[in-house]
Amino acid sequence: MEINSIENGLVIDHLRAGSGLRVLEYLDIDTERGSVALIMNVSSNKHGKKDIIKLENIESIDINVLGLIDHNATIIHIRNGKIIHKTKLSLPKKVANVIRCKNPRCITSIENVPHIFHLADNTGKYRCEYCDNFGRINDGK
Amino acid sequence: MDLQGRNLIAPLDLTVEEMEQIFNLAEKIIAKPQDYAEVCKGNLLATLFYEPSTRTRLSFEAAMLRLGGQVIGFSEPGSSSVSKGESIADTIHTIASYADIAVMRHPKEGAALVAARRSGIPIINAGDGGHFHPTQTLTDLLTIRLEKKDFSGITIGLCGDLKFGRTVHSLICAFARYSGVKFVLISPDELRVPEYVLDEISDYEEVRDLSEALPQLDVLYMTRVQRERFFNEDDYIRLKDSYILNAAKMRFAKEDLMVLHPLPRVNEISTDVDDDPRAFYFRQMKNGMYVRMALLMALLGKEIA
Ligand SMILES: [Zn+2]
Repeated sequence: MEINSIENGLVIDHLRAGSGLRVLEYLDIDTERGSVALIMNVSSNKHGKKDIIKLENIESIDINVLGLIDHNATIIHIRNGKIIHKTKLSLPKKVANVIRCKNPRCITSIENVPHIFHLADNTGKYRCEYCDNFGRINDGK
Repeated sequence: MDLQGRNLIAPLDLTVEEMEQIFNLAEKIIAKPQDYAEVCKGNLLATLFYEPSTRTRLSFEAAMLRLGGQVIGFSEPGSSSVSKGESIADTIHTIASYADIAVMRHPKEGAALVAARRSGIPIINAGDGGHFHPTQTLTDLLTIRLEKKDFSGITIGLCGDLKFGRTVHSLICAFARYSGVKFVLISPDELRVPEYVLDEISDYEEVRDLSEALPQLDVLYMTRVQRERFFNEDDYIRLKDSYILNAAKMRFAKEDLMVLHPLPRVNEISTDVDDDPRAFYFRQMKNGMYVRMALLMALLGKEIA
């Protein structure tokens, strides 16, 4: 399977196989601005299978959210058909409204405040700013 | 003191030095309360109790009144606009336009933090769900300090429900910042100290039996073992007596042991211990008022040389 390379935009490479759809969902890309291609289960010599997302004419995405979902992914910036930059991702120190606190005793369950989580260790464990309970991205929206 | 305008939300919001400053001030107040009878004259404390806790509320109110200040507030949300679903942010906006400082108790965890972010006046957390109760920790530490003078070399036993007890977690984390403190954690398997709290301390042992641990302790902090924490009734019945302190067990304890309890108690300390000079839990309450006086002064920027 082949999809033409893009002229201008971003390629999100080395996504965990099967995670591409969810990444797109979280990134919430405005498709008015450009076109989006999701390629799933591509053979990769490094990690077996991977997903790739190509974003034509889209210059910026929420790196924090992407880092949270798959911090092993790489963002490749392309201009005029050439790679001009690669961004390595890392787990964000702090995220707002991506992880939702599941503790029923947490103030976020009744008060209209942003769900803020802070990175607690290097495995992707996050701690609720208000109640200190742990949450993970997999806990979903 | 550089605590003016600050909040107290979590027990570790204060540095060891800042806690020492508050304890020093509390000791001065205890020595000469009349000198402080008017230092907060003209100041207004708001007590916002979204769930009833008469003991804590009275302690704060007494503290403010003894400093010459005044108090407004509510003690049941049913009697105020909060029952109509007003947000904490809106309530605190209103309160901050009247009062100079506010104390808040709320069933939801993180409520005091939300209030502090929106208030503009200092907020003291008087308990947020099962999360933090920092003035209880200050009370506990002051009580021990008044008696032992110095924390180093102390062996402190914590007994009962060490899993869900927020006062226990706060106390361990605050004590862990002093060197030379040894912890003996006495609880059934089901109610052990959570891992993230254990991570904070180095010198500790975990035991099952109170009588066995008692002889080595300088301080014993008792908490309640609640029936609903157990998976089955048999375990509860089998275990509950091992975590009850009575006069018979006190015979094995040191002469200068201090027995503490955050109160209210149910039956985990039997009344035959109350008259023992080593029972400190009623004195502890009075210290709670003094330490709250010192805290109110510090956060309001009232310094007395
Ligand atoms: Zn939370």
